[in-house]
Amino acid sequence: MKVLCGIGGSDDSFRALDRTVERAAVANDDLTIAVVDNDDSSVAPDAVADRAEAAVDDAGIDAEVRRVEGDPGSRLVEIAETEAFEEIVLGGGHTSPMGKITIGPIAEFVLLNAKTSVTLVR
Amino acid sequence: MSDRRYPDAVADEFPPPPTAFTDREDREIEIRPYEGTEADHETLVEMYDTFDPADRAQGIPPGGEKRIREWLDAILADDCYNVIAWCGGDAAGHATLVPDGDAYELAIFVHQEYQRAGVGTHLIRGLLGHGQANGVRKVWLTVERWNRAAVSLYKKIGFETSDAESFELEMGLRLRADDGATEESAAADGDE
Repeated sequence: MKVLCGIGGSDDSFRALDRTVERAAVANDDLTIAVVDNDDSSVAPDAVADRAEAAVDDAGIDAEVRRVEGDPGSRLVEIAETEAFEEIVLGGGHTSPMGKITIGPIAEFVLLNAKTSVTLVR
Repeated sequence: MSDRRYPDAVADEFPPPPTAFTDREDREIEIRPYEGTEADHETLVEMYDTFDPADRAQGIPPGGEKRIREWLDAILADDCYNVIAWCGGDAAGHATLVPDGDAYELAIFVHQEYQRAGVGTHLIRGLLGHGQANGVRKVWLTVERWNRAAVSLYKKIGFETSDAESFELEMGLRLRADDGATEESAAADGDE
């Protein structure tokens, strides 16, 4: 399957990265990792890209790590449409001190606008 | 999350528990702080174990006794404030304040057998009274925007919407004046 995994440096995005890379190694997915600008993230995009490259190398798979600038949600949807991706994978949200799950604005936009299936990794 | 917004005005004084009232179904309900006993703890496990899954919000309460226990261990910790609405020996509802930096996150749960009887209003007022008595200054919560009953309850209490741009509304309440205005009490709290 042709999979687009969007990560911006939040904890849940790294969880999504690891799970997607792991799955791609087993399922032989055609994986692209898009490193997006996430204003809520404390990790710089270059460091996020390094983390993604390392995960890909460790898994021994052939996946592209691509830096994507601009509004993250709309850029992910646009890339999925123009490059015929079949699935978008994102982090499954942040958990509050109370334990409540909150979905971030990037995931909200993608869920409501993507024509592909969307997976939120918990 | 220090960028959350709160109303400028300080909320009313809320009655610290214990308080008692008769609900709209003529049941005697007592609001008391959680005492940390095993009996209190087990009564809450039982309430959440029979909680209607349709009343879950944003993943809580979790399902299954194991996850309920893990979750309760976290929110019944010593640095949290908890109150229970009792009907005899049963928990009709539970409300909690969980620390988050210089503020507290609030959640309230009323068991389906006790909903629409006025328990939620007394319970949240009791929790806020308990928080006020213990020096809590700022409280925030999130609520699913379609949950009109909950949103109108929070507004009636004095919560104001601080973020309306996502699936959930975020609301904030100022329980006591901020540090600058009450430096003396801030110092006293720091000594605790």
